[in-house]
Amino acid sequence: MAKARKVPAIIDNPMSFCPGCGHGIVVRLIAECLEELGQDQNIIFALGVGCSSLLGGGLVIDRLHCPHGRASAVATGMKRVQPENTIVAYQGDGDAYSIGIAETINAAYRNENFTMISINNTNYGMTGGQMSWTTMPGQVTTTSPLGRDCEVTGNPLKFPELAASQFDVAFAARGAVTSPKNINKLKKYIKNGLEAQINGEGYSVIEVLSPCPTNWKMTPLNAMKRIDEELIPYYPLGVFKERKEN
Amino acid sequence: MADMIKGNNAIAEAAVRAGVKLYAGYPITPSTEIMEYLSKRLPEVGGSFVQAESELAGINMVMGAAACGVRALTASSGPGISLKQEGISCISDEELACVVINVVRYGNGLGTLYSAQCDYHRETRGGGNGDYRCIVLCPESIQEAVDLMAPAYDLAEKYRIVTVMMTEGALGQMMEPCEMPDFIEPKKHPWGFDGKYSYKKIGIFDRNSMTEAVALNKKHETIKAEEQRWEEDGLEDAEYVFVAFGLPGRSVKGAVKQLRAEGHKVGFIRPITTWPFPEKAFENINKDVKGIISVEANATGQLIDDVALTIKKTIKDRNVPSYCLPCVYGIPTIKFTKEGLHKIISGEIKEAY
Ligand SMILES: Cc1ncc(C[n+]2csc(CCOP(=O)(O)OP(=O)(O)O)c2C)c(N)n1
Ligand code: SF4
Repeated sequence: MAKARKVPAIIDNPMSFCPGCGHGIVVRLIAECLEELGQDQNIIFALGVGCSSLLGGGLVIDRLHCPHGRASAVATGMKRVQPENTIVAYQGDGDAYSIGIAETINAAYRNENFTMISINNTNYGMTGGQMSWTTMPGQVTTTSPLGRDCEVTGNPLKFPELAASQFDVAFAARGAVTSPKNINKLKKYIKNGLEAQINGEGYSVIEVLSPCPTNWKMTPLNAMKRIDEELIPYYPLGVFKERKEN
Repeated sequence: MADMIKGNNAIAEAAVRAGVKLYAGYPITPSTEIMEYLSKRLPEVGGSFVQAESELAGINMVMGAAACGVRALTASSGPGISLKQEGISCISDEELACVVINVVRYGNGLGTLYSAQCDYHRETRGGGNGDYRCIVLCPESIQEAVDLMAPAYDLAEKYRIVTVMMTEGALGQMMEPCEMPDFIEPKKHPWGFDGKYSYKKIGIFDRNSMTEAVALNKKHETIKAEEQRWEEDGLEDAEYVFVAFGLPGRSVKGAVKQLRAEGHKVGFIRPITTWPFPEKAFENINKDVKGIISVEANATGQLIDDVALTIKKTIKDRNVPSYCLPCVYGIPTIKFTKEGLHKIISGEIKEAY
């Protein structure tokens, strides 16, 4: 009989994400990486507001639910006083790039030695799908009912590219959860980010293109298709800042 | 003889000696010397100093450190403390412990650089969203501020609450002789994160606010019963009792001394904690007191509300009039307080309540 894959020990209770949501896949990948790196008993999460906060009930780890947008500041405080712990700021795109863009940029700017993982689902998921700074041009949301008009709202933000090109960060990458191949690549990025932190190389950011079938009003399959066809051409996958070690 | 030292520098050194391991903040007059001092001093003792991009970020860094059970500090003034309210509310909600110093300056919005006490309502009522209070300590001198630093953390950690050290612009900027306390090596708290999930915390959606409310009220009641601090004099036979805290409190003590020498039966209460408000002191007031007078450095009178409520609670059989002498900003002079009393006696100043 085939052996079932082992669920990482720190994943305890079921988390209440919508069917087809990408958050769950990312959480699983992070948990696997932490276990493989021997960090699952040495980990503190700074959790963002939004669907990220649903992790709170499902992970048996130290975690603090941070005010909306501030997780990177909270993670900074944690890492400064507890440098031996692995610290992850886990945030949505609205959290990290809209309300929290100052905290996010400044953590990268200072090259704080923690790992930020942002779930880019191109909207504010938990509050019902409003426009965020990563909403695509023309995308209909509850606050861009006629489709996002970049003439008046600005253009979707590409944070990993910004961090990689403007700041002296250790590692910056973007992955997606649309296929086993992409998921395996994403896992490598997450592992790289965590290793950068463990080795004291500095700030790492991994953005994940992730479906929000509920607010995109799509089936889970179509939501995955949308990422492949519409998002990836705008938000390229890959590593924008290689670690010096590699 | 103790050394002369500037208020903000003395407070910063006292924080180091109380075992503070992280400071995160943003410059604003008249509090800035606290962060300037710590930018040099904290690394010397193995601590961490972060010049945050904003007050908002600063208090959230403090929250991160506090979540790890480490002594963390931030300081600011009027507009900066406004920005910190989000974090203070969250730290209170998470029942973490930290100290926030407000070197109060006068004014709404951007405010001014004048020394004042206009943040009384905000500091004593909680300030941010939700149901919470902070313990508020109000020193009258640099020495008292320094001596209250370690107790500020002890209180914060005992009750897992935010302690606000509310000083004034003038206290931060002036120099006085001051003896420094000894160094403390605080112990790490069992509820501090260590990465091992040794302190089991539930998720936000698993909380029961009804049960938490009962526990919160119980905690507040205990603090009110156990932690009131004040200085008083002349209450037994006083016809008029002044209430003032901080630098105005110190000045009022001088006024009371002179008024007593001139034959006026006056006394004073100087709250050292403004939350919990020192209600117990009011029980020592002569029951035939004619009036109670708050002296404060703001425009509208804020302390007066607590003064009036408390006298109502302690002398129940009649309506003791309460008067307010707000000097707007600065420190009320002895002359100001003495003239205020004469105007009250002559009926020129009417009661506030
Ligand atoms: C200061 C503040 N403003 C607004 C909110 C309301 N709010 C809760 S979740 C959320 C959106 C989160 O979106 P995102 O960060 O993209 O995460 P997602 O839910 O999509 O994973 C908002 C606006 C809040 N909790 N706090
Ligand atoms: S709202 Fe969107 S992001 Fe949130 S759980 Fe549902 S699918 Fe996932």
